[in-house]
Amino acid sequence: MNEQQQTLWQFMAGQSDKLLSQTLQHVGLTFISLLFAIAIGLPLGILIARKRKLSGTVLGIAGVLQTVPSIALLGFMIPVLGIGAKPAIVALLIYALLPIIRNTYTGIIGIDLHVKEAARAMGMSKSQILLKVELPLAMPVILAGIRTATVINVGVATLASFIAAGGLGEFIFGGISLNNTNMILAGAIPAALLAIILDALLSLIQKMNFKKLRKALYVFPVVILVLGAFYALPTAYGSTLTAGFTPEFMGRQDGDLGLKSTYGLKIHTIVISDAVMYKAAFAKELDVISGYSTDGRLKAFDLKILDDDKHIFPPYYAAPIVREEALKKFPELEKTLDLLAGKITDSIMTDLNYKTDYLHQQPERVAKDFLISNGLYKVAKNGHNGTVRIGSKIFGEQYILAEIYSMLIKGNTDYDVATKTGLGGTKICFDALTNDQIDFYPEYTGTGLLVLLQPDPKIAKEMGHDKEKTYAYVSREFEKNFKIKWLKPIGFNNAYALMMRKKQSKELNVNSISDLKNYLDKN
Amino acid sequence: MIELKGISKKFGDTQAVNQVSFKVAEKETLVLLGTSGCGKTTTLKMINRLIEPDAGRVMINGEAITNQDPDMLRKGIGYVMQNIGLFPHYTIAENIALVPKLLKWDKEKIKNRTQELIQKLHLPESTLTMIPHELSGGQQQRVGLARALVTDPSVLLMDEPFGALDNVTRASIQKEFKALEELKRKTIVMVTHDVQEAFELADRICLMDKGEVVQIGTPKELLYQPVNDFAKKFLASQRLALEFKVVNIQDIWSYLPKEILKDGGSKSADLSIWEAMELLRNNDRSELLVTGNNKESKLINFEQLTKGFNQFQNGQVHE
Ligand SMILES: Nc1ncnc2c1ncn2[C@@H]1O[C@H](COP(=O)(O)OP(=O)(O)OP(=O)(O)O)[C@@H](O)[C@H]1O
Ligand SMILES: [Mg+2]
Repeated sequence: MNEQQQTLWQFMAGQSDKLLSQTLQHVGLTFISLLFAIAIGLPLGILIARKRKLSGTVLGIAGVLQTVPSIALLGFMIPVLGIGAKPAIVALLIYALLPIIRNTYTGIIGIDLHVKEAARAMGMSKSQILLKVELPLAMPVILAGIRTATVINVGVATLASFIAAGGLGEFIFGGISLNNTNMILAGAIPAALLAIILDALLSLIQKMNFKKLRKALYVFPVVILVLGAFYALPTAYGSTLTAGFTPEFMGRQDGDLGLKSTYGLKIHTIVISDAVMYKAAFAKELDVISGYSTDGRLKAFDLKILDDDKHIFPPYYAAPIVREEALKKFPELEKTLDLLAGKITDSIMTDLNYKTDYLHQQPERVAKDFLISNGLYKVAKNGHNGTVRIGSKIFGEQYILAEIYSMLIKGNTDYDVATKTGLGGTKICFDALTNDQIDFYPEYTGTGLLVLLQPDPKIAKEMGHDKEKTYAYVSREFEKNFKIKWLKPIGFNNAYALMMRKKQSKELNVNSISDLKNYLDKN
Repeated sequence: MIELKGISKKFGDTQAVNQVSFKVAEKETLVLLGTSGCGKTTTLKMINRLIEPDAGRVMINGEAITNQDPDMLRKGIGYVMQNIGLFPHYTIAENIALVPKLLKWDKEKIKNRTQELIQKLHLPESTLTMIPHELSGGQQQRVGLARALVTDPSVLLMDEPFGALDNVTRASIQKEFKALEELKRKTIVMVTHDVQEAFELADRICLMDKGEVVQIGTPKELLYQPVNDFAKKFLASQRLALEFKVVNIQDIWSYLPKEILKDGGSKSADLSIWEAMELLRNNDRSELLVTGNNKESKLINFEQLTKGFNQFQNGQVHE
């Protein structure tokens, strides 16, 4: 994790290939969707300028569409259009539509009526009036609309990376989940520059006088087409299978980088958000995905984990980490929390996650059912001997663990419990713990090692993928540096994993990552 | 030839034009005259189908205009708009060339015709590459005229073509206009609310009020045989000036001095009183030689001219 010490410039230079292709994709996405938006918006604007009665309805609908949050819009698209370019282009198009329709409409109805009448009086036909008088005269206003739409599109296109459509969002969102400022900036700065440059260029065209504008207008569609075509360039398929990895996975040594260096895996890869990845794999849009080994969706979508036979994914055994002061303040606490030690295996955790994530059961109910079936459930004592504060990160598994611990404490001790769930990512949760905002939360050994301690890569490597060594190392270091104690592991290992559809894995006889590599090399 | 038969048009509750009929002969100039809002523009626009009448028929050269494609019809009729209506995104040359281009004239022909017109209309060559904004009001109006004339249509409709001008400029453009040879070959319907202008340019005047025709006739008929009080009052304020323009030397021939000189070669008695007065005033001469229809000549001075005119006037009133 020495990326933190790299300068932004070094990062961009090192990733220049990716940066270039992402920028091209970004420009391409922006302009393809702009092209479609113009192709739809311009005629619609002309139509409602002719039939004014329609204008309220059409502008109303376009306005409502624009207020749909972008993530939600992208989400709606997936069931209909799948993932990748199609839904991204459609979503961008929808955002670009309103300014183009509105400005075409106002541009045309704003033309001096005498000029329109003169055109009629000269004997120009309706189409001649449109092409030679109305559109040229409305053009500055229409261009202003296109300009607005372009800037909107540059911004929204960053979200395209959520649904595997590429663009600078890959860096931005990858950087956010990896807590890597350089990576965020490597995406955000070019995106901002792009918006500024395009805005300035279009404002130049907009301010041209009619004579120059006429020439520019012949060039304009060509430029849009060419820029739009950028998008098609980087999507040359390289392999028979397609992988979908999260932005975070793409940037991690124990992720895509390790797959390349340790396994020599060459697979056509698209970047996609965790939220839609599993569904896309199920829908056969993706063949290999990066996921978490205890994710409930593994079960829901009938996926199989490929064996990490060269051990690039470090172990992520979960265990509660507690401030030592809290252990002193609540003497019963450690004993109570240890009740869960070794009780939840990978498959049990997957099942619990499946119940909340997929069957949408409440975490409390899932926790209670689990405790009852393991004979650990006790009715709450409603004690008032101090309040234990439990934290959790912002995903399902952590909610369940927090609920289980809460019930264990209430049933076995006289302490009261306050849960502070949804504390964002690792960093936020850990800061809350060290700043005495919470008393404990469930953490993973791998995260403790790679994200919180960030030791020398050599030490990290030496730790290898040995569960015991890692646990011993983080226990020791946390104690020394933070006065925080790692209690006994809960049992399951929520590590990164590559997964495929069970059926496909059987058909191709691919059970491990090495199998996958061999298969790809042969095909 | 243009013929309107019982044309009417209503906008909501406003009867803009009501039962208007008139004929304009080949090569004649008919001026629609009336106060603001009396329906002149509406009448004019119904001749090239910019507005479709509620009732009545319009015939051009014997054919009902409803039988023709409106765009084709309009391409064949010159139209000068009340508001000029030049295309702000085109140069002057392009504005003028618009209809010829629609008619697919070749470039050379368009260029020659444009040159010819801007010379006739006294527009500087340099204006051709300018856009309408960069021209003065009077120049714009001339461009509007050039645009209407460029294809040399036999029918010309003009809606207050000199409306936006100050009096001095207007008078000079009117003169240029009257002198244009091309216009003498055309059948023209022109709209104005300016009585002077109507008398200056009209063969016949159609006086309108509240959408209806009050009187149609030559300027002289309007002056001396008004059909009603409205017609009389409409001209009252400028009556004397109009009479000077309408009455010519021949009209007052019998009231002029008796001396007859044999040596001819002088001004024609078709000269209006106004023009005769201007000659006497401007040329520093005290006397003017005029020759009447019967080849007789008379030498008159200013005093004799006004005296003769007054006697003629008295005769008219007593009739
Ligand atoms: N498009 C229209 N819609 C509604 N009313 C109209 C329309 N055009 C003209 N009118 C009305 O019809 C009447 C005649 O208008 P028109 O333009 O023919 O008058 P005009 O004689 O040309 O007047 P001006 O000398 O002021 O140009 C006016 O009362 C006017 O308000
Ligand atoms: Mg008018």
